[in-house]
Amino acid sequence: MDTEPVAPADEARTVAAAAAAAATTEAVARANPLRDPRDKRLPRVAGPCVLVLFGVTGDLAKRKLLPAIYDLGNRGLLPPGFSLVGFARRDWQDQDFAQLTHDAIKEHARTPFREEVWKQLREGIHFVPGEFADDGAFDALAMALKEIDETRGTGGNYAFYLSVPPKFFPKVVEQLRRTGLADAPEGSWRRVVIEKPFGHDLKSAQDLNAITSAVFPESSVFRIDHYLGKETVQNILALRFANNLFEPIWNRGYVDHAQITMAEDIGIGGRAGYYDGIGAARDVIQNHLLQLLALVAMEDPTSFDANALRREKEKVLKALRLPQDLALGTARGAYTAGWQGGEPVVGYLEEDGIPADSITETYAAVKLEIANRRWAGVPFYLRTGKRLGRRVTEVAVVFQRAPHLPFSKDDIEILGQNALVIRVQPDEGITVRFGSKVPGTAMEVRDVSMDFAYGESFLESSPEAYERLLLDVLIGDPPLFPHQREVELSWRILDPIERFWASQGQPEGYAAGTWGPASADNMMARDGRVWRRL
Amino acid sequence: MTSFMLAGTNASKISSQLTMLRHQMGAPAVGMVLTLVAICDESNQYDAVRAATDAAREHPSRIVVVIARSREEPIRLDAELRIGESAPGETILLRLYGDLTRHAESVVSPLLLPDTPVVAWWPGECPQVPAKDPIGLLAQRRITDARASADSVKAIMSRSRGYVPGDTDLAWTRITPWRSLLATAFDQPVGTVESGVVEGSPGHASAPLLAAWLSERLDAPIEIAESEGPGLTSVRLATSAGDVSVTRSDSRLATLVRPGQPDRRVALARRPTSELLAEELRRLDPDDLYGAAIRHLAD
Ligand SMILES: NC(=O)c1ccc[n+]([C@@H]2O[C@H](COP(=O)([O-])OP(=O)(O)OC[C@H]3O[C@@H](n4cnc5c(N)ncnc54)[C@H](OP(=O)(O)O)[C@@H]3O)[C@@H](O)[C@H]2O)c1
Repeated sequence: MDTEPVAPADEARTVAAAAAAAATTEAVARANPLRDPRDKRLPRVAGPCVLVLFGVTGDLAKRKLLPAIYDLGNRGLLPPGFSLVGFARRDWQDQDFAQLTHDAIKEHARTPFREEVWKQLREGIHFVPGEFADDGAFDALAMALKEIDETRGTGGNYAFYLSVPPKFFPKVVEQLRRTGLADAPEGSWRRVVIEKPFGHDLKSAQDLNAITSAVFPESSVFRIDHYLGKETVQNILALRFANNLFEPIWNRGYVDHAQITMAEDIGIGGRAGYYDGIGAARDVIQNHLLQLLALVAMEDPTSFDANALRREKEKVLKALRLPQDLALGTARGAYTAGWQGGEPVVGYLEEDGIPADSITETYAAVKLEIANRRWAGVPFYLRTGKRLGRRVTEVAVVFQRAPHLPFSKDDIEILGQNALVIRVQPDEGITVRFGSKVPGTAMEVRDVSMDFAYGESFLESSPEAYERLLLDVLIGDPPLFPHQREVELSWRILDPIERFWASQGQPEGYAAGTWGPASADNMMARDGRVWRRL
Repeated sequence: MTSFMLAGTNASKISSQLTMLRHQMGAPAVGMVLTLVAICDESNQYDAVRAATDAAREHPSRIVVVIARSREEPIRLDAELRIGESAPGETILLRLYGDLTRHAESVVSPLLLPDTPVVAWWPGECPQVPAKDPIGLLAQRRITDARASADSVKAIMSRSRGYVPGDTDLAWTRITPWRSLLATAFDQPVGTVESGVVEGSPGHASAPLLAAWLSERLDAPIEIAESEGPGLTSVRLATSAGDVSVTRSDSRLATLVRPGQPDRRVALARRPTSELLAEELRRLDPDDLYGAAIRHLAD
């Protein structure tokens, strides 16, 4: 790790801006006689604002964003006057966009459809047609926003959500600068929301950041890693820091190793253009898995505000060490034709739009160590893949064997290691695995699981990740969004691995529906460990 | 759903039957977070169970429903156990006869989940001092509902006499969306409130409660006026800068008016009991603001 990713000047500006923002909200609370910190029933509601959505016709907008906005409204969390502006290259009127929104809500919203909520939302829906290169379209957007401020009382507060392929970010951001939409007048705010991928290596991530940070201050940039919006992921913090049960053993004295897995059963579907050349590690490890690792391994933050939380995550990411020999400490693969859950499926190279000589991996596993007092010598194994046995994301902390076992060898033959598993999806919850006596037998001890079904029972009404994140954007609450420094630190870890893999030709095949290539199992076997069977 | 009837039984038989049912279904005691005791009669138990079961989706709980039957009959306890496959948690309906109706706590107390919060809920008439009621004594949170009283307004006006921290009333829960909307209207400065009026259908307990809260917070006289309803229909506050008002005539969509700003429509639907209950169960610590509001109301 050489230079600091962010100049100190930027840091100072960020901190100052954050302090200013916090001060105003406190002042507002003090000035408002109807608010009281003891009044825990009143939800956090954003102030009046407009959400401008680029890429409304896209998959993400229809499946996640528009439904999440409705669900927020349904829970009474959208401010009066909230307005939604869609931007797309369609010759549409407001009502066409409203229709698209209506359909998306009907199909994907999690809360029941209510006419009055829809009416409230519908009143604030506007559409601006245009291409990203079209200056006139953005001038029209600026005018439309001004008008909305007048008719809806949104006070010049705009959030710009870039749900478009990253290659258009520069163009859109530039247009926002040119039209002055990026500059917040006194007393209002402007925010920009970007989706992953945040570049494909350190260099491109820095370039991308240079583009946004030239126009928006870091404190106004919200990077979405939707994993961080998930209740179970936030629950990692509660589990670790609200209890006294786990933290004392959460270190090298008791933990043998950790496994962080995100497995998908689907293939690349129609996303060949996006996926080829990117691969599993960039798509998943760089963001989701390293963020999970940071939350599991970090020290306790002094508070849960954005700065304190990010500082601890950064410290862990900085302390990460790659394996000495990348050939032995990493594994990659690409799925070949096989059977997935009872259906025959094609291999990666036979997918539409994938060149036969592609060297893109669809499975990646890496072994990382954390060079600090808490974790020295405890490997963290990260793996992700497509077309694996089933869809599951989890963090498993595997404990050392008991130092002495007063049982005969036969009695504990099938006793494994204790484990604490945080199930992120599906079936959110926590499992603890420990040995228990088998009834009736003399003294045979065997692994059993104790289950906390967090997800199943709460799932129905717990908000979707995007709901939580959208609300945080509108309120301006940044803890759940990765900072640019975290993004860059993650690329510093991944870049050497990617460079090494690029020199190794095509990845090893694994039959679709299985749990990855043999090299990944061998990597574990060399350490005397095995992957958890999921 | 699996259900099981036990006639002429006792708490310990109920417990073992529950354990057996759970084992049979292969469902171990899944993360239930609290025990909700609903004190009902035969006429409102169906709705209460339905609301509680719905709320249990957000807060997996053991629901104990206490139904007092005739006092004239010989002492007897009948129980009905329900364990849902589709919903988390479990429900125990207890029917008490004879003198047992006066000792319901002796049946309820051994059926509480150990070491987790207990909430008592009176969907109908409630005792004068819920915290001194034998079942209220078992609970750290006691929920009443003024609306169920013959005279709801009188009921809510007199709540402060029996108030102990940990009490709340669903009349208060019903106005959370109103309070939230009014609070957002004051997020940007509007000037001092000089007077105001809350309108609602006659006999609606939430109207005086909302007026009391506003008056307490804003330190201004707030009157209550009658309207055709349904429920609350408007809040008008006269401020030094002009009128702030929220009006709702169809019990679903409200209009917010603020000086110097365009009128805005906001969804403000009346909520079913299950949602009110779910809100109550979200926080189990005493609700000081409710306490302040009913005290102000009584003054
Ligand atoms: N989908 C997901 O689950 C997911 C997950 C994580 C991150 N993301 C990220 O989220 C963003 C959006 O993803 P997506 O899946 O919704 O992408 P998508 O389905 O490809 O949609 C892209 C959107 O951009 C618009 N667009 C493309 N080129 C344009 C141009 N030249 N001028 C104007 N509009 C243009 C498209 O409009 P047209 O209809 O006119 O083409 C469409 O609305 C991307 O940054 C992606 O990386 C998506």
